[in-house]
Amino acid sequence: MNFVAPDFMPVLPELFVLTMACLILVIDVFLDPQRRHITYGLVQLTLLGAALLTLFSYAQASVVTLSGHYVKDAMGDLLKLFIYLAAAAVFLYSRDYLRQRDLLKGEYFVLGLFGVLGMMIMVSAHSLLTVYLGLELLSLSLYALVATDRDSPVASEAAMKYFVLGSLASGMLLYGISMIYGATGSVDLQVVSIAVARQGANNLVLVFGLVFLVVGLSFKLGAVPFHMWLPDVYQGAPTSVTLYIGSAPKLAAFALVMRILVDGLGALQSDWQGMLIILAAASMALGNLIAIVQTNIKRMLAYSTISHVGFLLLGVLAGDKSGGYAAAMFYTIVYVLMAVGAFGMIILLSRTGFEAENIDDFKGLNDRNPWLAFLMMTIMMSMAGVPFLVGFYAKWVVLQAIVNIGLIWLAILGVVFSVIGAFYYLQVVKCMYFDKPERSEPIQLSLDTEIAISANGLLLVALGLYPTALMGWCAAALSLKGLA
Amino acid sequence: MLSELPPLLSLVIWFPILGGAAVLFVGDDNPGRAKALALTVAILTFLISIPLFTLFDPTTAKMQFQEFVPWIPALSVNYHLGVDGFSMPLILLTAFMNVLVVIAGWEVVQYRVAQYMAAFLIMEGLMIGVFAALDAILFYVFFEAMLIPMFLVIGIWGGPRRVYATLKFFLYTFLGSVFMLIALIYLYTQADSFEILDFHMLPLTLSEQVWIFFAFLLGFSVKVPMWPVHTWLPDAHVEAPTGGSVILAAITLKIGGYGFLRFALPITPDASATLDWLIITLSLIAVVYIGLVALIQQDMKKLIAYSSIAHMGFVTLGFFIAFSIYRHTGSLNGAAMGIEGGMVQMVSHGFISGALFLCVGVLYDRVHSRQIKDYGGVANTMPIFAAFMVLFAMANAGLPGTSGFVGEFLVILSSFKASFWIAFLASFTLILGAAYTLWLVKRVIFGEVGNHHVAELEDVGRREIIMLSLLAAAVLLLGLWPDPLTSTMHATVDNLLQHMTVTKL
Repeated sequence: MNFVAPDFMPVLPELFVLTMACLILVIDVFLDPQRRHITYGLVQLTLLGAALLTLFSYAQASVVTLSGHYVKDAMGDLLKLFIYLAAAAVFLYSRDYLRQRDLLKGEYFVLGLFGVLGMMIMVSAHSLLTVYLGLELLSLSLYALVATDRDSPVASEAAMKYFVLGSLASGMLLYGISMIYGATGSVDLQVVSIAVARQGANNLVLVFGLVFLVVGLSFKLGAVPFHMWLPDVYQGAPTSVTLYIGSAPKLAAFALVMRILVDGLGALQSDWQGMLIILAAASMALGNLIAIVQTNIKRMLAYSTISHVGFLLLGVLAGDKSGGYAAAMFYTIVYVLMAVGAFGMIILLSRTGFEAENIDDFKGLNDRNPWLAFLMMTIMMSMAGVPFLVGFYAKWVVLQAIVNIGLIWLAILGVVFSVIGAFYYLQVVKCMYFDKPERSEPIQLSLDTEIAISANGLLLVALGLYPTALMGWCAAALSLKGLA
Repeated sequence: MLSELPPLLSLVIWFPILGGAAVLFVGDDNPGRAKALALTVAILTFLISIPLFTLFDPTTAKMQFQEFVPWIPALSVNYHLGVDGFSMPLILLTAFMNVLVVIAGWEVVQYRVAQYMAAFLIMEGLMIGVFAALDAILFYVFFEAMLIPMFLVIGIWGGPRRVYATLKFFLYTFLGSVFMLIALIYLYTQADSFEILDFHMLPLTLSEQVWIFFAFLLGFSVKVPMWPVHTWLPDAHVEAPTGGSVILAAITLKIGGYGFLRFALPITPDASATLDWLIITLSLIAVVYIGLVALIQQDMKKLIAYSSIAHMGFVTLGFFIAFSIYRHTGSLNGAAMGIEGGMVQMVSHGFISGALFLCVGVLYDRVHSRQIKDYGGVANTMPIFAAFMVLFAMANAGLPGTSGFVGEFLVILSSFKASFWIAFLASFTLILGAAYTLWLVKRVIFGEVGNHHVAELEDVGRREIIMLSLLAAAVLLLGLWPDPLTSTMHATVDNLLQHMTVTKL
């Protein structure tokens, strides 16, 4: 029997991150607590290294390796680059916050890195098993992260809730995978897609498998009616962890949808399109309506996330001919950039013994720090989809894809709920600009976080003035897959 | 030949925006320098906009001063600018009014001066962008982006109910315009281009046109504002600081009217012709009913706000009466008169309503009340101011010799060609307009000195005289010699009528 060593070159970034994560775990154990910044620096270096590795091997064509379980393609590489970027920003924003709360432990960073690794695996999965592996690696890291503040009952409750519901979702996904395997005889996405195209929707097992997969994916994305965990976890988790959960994993979740529904079950598009329409409409409606009455900004942003997921699903269901996948990808990336900024701002306003968790805590920010208020306004207006900020273009390309396939009523529904959504984003702007401050302590930021948050906010303006490049990358990444 | 010109339109758009950013960086710590810089930027912007008028070729309906740069090629969106006889005067109006706004806020605004000035400068650039854009997405982007600075202006520097007013303003306008976005996207799927001029040529079935027309109607009627979606305007006007009211009345409302000219009429001519009765009815309701509402107002700003709605009713009436005239007489000349009348009314109303809001601002700065009952006999203590206020009030009532007369006269005259009863109802404005404005003047300016506040009033200072006399000159000039304005429009109006009267079915 011949053993042929698989080609490890395409997996180099993953191997690098894995090695570094293990190394950092060991190094951290021997580090004096005063010198935790070394761990932090190593983590950022790891992300930088992974980014360079990915950048220099940026895929020109799809390469499948590891016996068909793993694929390196442009979509994966582009998403990975933004995962590194988001994760780096998350670690940077969180650092001071964690230090002030005595939570600055190596575990946060190592678990974070393992989460990144899980996302990378999800993004590059080429079989249903790899998808599941990556998802579990990410999820388990997240469960543990939510519980890092072990003395906080709210955080423990959130972790428990997240774990139970997340496991349920994983179970659904696994059940769906087993049915797909039963129907097609393989977990390899390529084989699956060929088999599915041959059988079509006539095979009942296949359709059942599809339903379970969609349910599992909706759980992970947080689409209505599988969204219950999201507000509680966002609110209960330490803000640094909320920031993590709310940002990069959305990119991985998008990849998950693309890999499973499009790569694997693309032939059943007419079946899952209808399901996604319901999920998207319900998410936009419920997310936006409930967000209006929130007073806790983390919870408000959680419901806003749900509504953004609805919009993202609009792009996916529009399909490739109308440019829907590229639109959804653009939307996801833009959303992650905005979410990192928004949660980052909450973190930066928090100090020792004070969490800037309520919308009221933003009162009078313009008087206390006009620059931060301006950045937050940029982020909020971008989320609301007001132009010259990139959030508008994200909404626009998705709407265009939807109009292209003739679902104008769905587009109208989308914009109506965007207007309703604008209300709660404006509430934040109102607090910052129209109300008088209730606190007077100065806001202290370290230089690097201030630069980072400025770059983050200005990026939304810059991309708004010139969205072409990012749109082009998204379209190019998907056209390499044969999807435009 | 044209390529040797500097990109004038880009300059008038981006110079104030960048200038506004610079004012922000000069900072709130140094209000004096911020104000000086803001005034410089505003005046320079106005100076840059003057060549648009002097070099404008009135003999052609073609877009002039065009600039074309691909912006988002994947979706065929271009940075395409250009002006014709409709947009050029409005750009000049915008640049002119902004200079006044900066002067008006000079001493009055004490809180966050730099942010105040910057908001107006940035808004100026965005509004000019709205008028100059020839690409639908570019238009939409400017159209929406404008909301942010206005939202902040009303919310930060406004009156006691400012939060309610500004949220209402934002959400009303936002809701109206998102439907327009869907219509634009739909047009793109049909035309494969976002060029507005391509949309003009696009054949569409009647049912498509009706849907698109209603989307445009929602977007623009909120801006104009037409009855019954006008309720945000009185609130916004009352709560906004003087500068905000001036810009709202003088420019933002005009964007609604301009939208009808640029989008609804030429893109959906058949739907517009079929549904012209609807717009005419709404316009007449605005003229008559809102005129009556204005009569009973106790708050000066609210009164002028309602008067704005009534006057803007004239604008939409003038635009949409054209179809009826064409059907009745078959002649394009009468139809052209209605559209030109509407345009003149827009520009004139920009001056007059701006001037009236500045007058109220002058009084408010001294007495801190907008209630009519708190005044009386102002002429005794402020004779110069009283003279200005009476002039603007007369112009608002449509006195011949002022700009207010020209537009109203043209519109009424053309309505006569369509139907006696429409003209009859429209003429009510002459009575109602005179009634509410003159009654306002009587109660505020004339009579005995009302109370000790009025007795202690000081007359307008040099700064206020400059700003009011600039407007007085504009009102009189346009009233006595409207030809420079109307002659720039002839070719454009004729071209629009070609689009409106040729069916797209």
